[in-house]
Amino acid sequence: MNDVVNNPRGGTATVHAAGVSIKDLRKSYGTNEVLKGISLDVAPGAVVCLIGPSGSGKSTLLRCVNLLEQPNQGSIHVGGFEATHPDVDIDKMRRKVGMVFQQFNLFPHLDAKRNCSIAQTKVLKRSQAEADKVSMHNLERVGLGHLSDRFPDQLSGGQQQRVAIARALSMDPELMLFDEPTSALDPETVGDVLSVMRNLAKEGMTMLVVTHEMGFAREVADRVVFMDGGVVVEEGVAEQVISAPTQPRTKEFLRRVLDPTHIEIQE
Amino acid sequence: MAMTARQRARVSLYVQAGIFVVAIAALILATDWKTIGNSVFNFGKIGPMFPGIFTTGLVNTLIYTFLGFIVGLSGGLLLALMKLSSFPLYRWIATGYIEFFRGVPALLVFIAFGYGVPLAFGVSWNITLVVMVSLGIVASAYIAETLRAGLQAVPKGQLEAARSLGMPQWRAMVTIVIPQAFKIVLPPLTNEVILLTKDSSLIYVLGLTASQYELTKFGRDGISSLGAGLTPLLVAGAFYLIITIPLSLLARKFESRSARTKR
Repeated sequence: MNDVVNNPRGGTATVHAAGVSIKDLRKSYGTNEVLKGISLDVAPGAVVCLIGPSGSGKSTLLRCVNLLEQPNQGSIHVGGFEATHPDVDIDKMRRKVGMVFQQFNLFPHLDAKRNCSIAQTKVLKRSQAEADKVSMHNLERVGLGHLSDRFPDQLSGGQQQRVAIARALSMDPELMLFDEPTSALDPETVGDVLSVMRNLAKEGMTMLVVTHEMGFAREVADRVVFMDGGVVVEEGVAEQVISAPTQPRTKEFLRRVLDPTHIEIQE
Repeated sequence: MAMTARQRARVSLYVQAGIFVVAIAALILATDWKTIGNSVFNFGKIGPMFPGIFTTGLVNTLIYTFLGFIVGLSGGLLLALMKLSSFPLYRWIATGYIEFFRGVPALLVFIAFGYGVPLAFGVSWNITLVVMVSLGIVASAYIAETLRAGLQAVPKGQLEAARSLGMPQWRAMVTIVIPQAFKIVLPPLTNEVILLTKDSSLIYVLGLTASQYELTKFGRDGISSLGAGLTPLLVAGAFYLIITIPLSLLARKFESRSARTKR
């Protein structure tokens, strides 16, 4: 935990970043095994993008990291925590792990600022004044300082997602998990969210991102992991996996994603 | 000549209205107005009901209903959480309780707590406590089902988001899920209050002193003392409407408000 960060992008590290280490992780729903022994390491301060077709298990993997899903086998270490240890203090660990959902999941009965401050006051026991200060700082960080008194239903999808990022950042996390953060957004608001994530990466945050945005993955990710059928099929440097994949399944997937209009329909 | 669909619909509407008018007219003609006027609409003799029906009857009905609702709401919330618990014993207890107290007449519950409990334990409860407990126990069974539906209507992502921020389960429920559930169930909950207002009348089966009379008992007392036939009950009934109609309007307002906001 709190390792000195060798920021791979050469910027100044402004966050304490935690690493993630996943070993031989397995997860089944009934007889349906969705994760078939996944091993994955994320260095402190690194950005790793998980790509792959739907149903490949990448979201499940992400949700296992902060135990929204309980894995059946294998181990996960996050910073100084062993998430898979039976006696782990789940709530304490989750304070260090920010999560951003596809559907935002903002609290609809609270305004943007209160969305960011509620867990600070209730969990971190910060005073309301201090929590408000932190919330405003993070809302400004995502470019929404001027909308702090809006309720979620008064914000666009992209704005809601940026509030959700600010909410997670307000807990001073050492790792951020993103579960398809732009998949539910109108195309014109995707860019704002991605640029917030890009800045976060520059500041040295450890990020694990499930995404279909290949441009973002190529530009921002240190490594890209391609998953299919519950296993890691290929992983490596982002540019290499996306531009010159070696596995046939990766090639096929990328061809479909990058050039969806030129698919030959087969019999 | 053949009619268009719109003409047919209009004719059908006229026929329905006609049947309705004829039925009302028949009812009015068949009524023995002289007798019913003496025994139900005999407003000349009800003077002595005032102002007591306000200061005692209405006030006591409101107090009994309020106390019953407070017990019912707390009990209902507890039962709803038990019913959604992952611990089977809690679910069984809650289900048994709800099925039992929704299934027996509220009147029997009043008798059980008014006469049974004092006999069984050799204690004598004051009337307010009996109403509070009886009404609360019946109400909690109904309110529990309403709240359970409300809690389940809060999207699962809300709990996940709260837990992801490090909130323990109870904290996430109290701060995030329950407030949203209450907003959802506000209209049906208001309807529960209307039902409770009327159920508070069941206290008449117990022995009450004059200062404990609520609306129905007040009306029944008027029947025997005023010689105006059933008119006092009609007056009492009107007072229930004074309580319940504003509540209905309130429920409708909540409904239209929650329909306007997306979630």
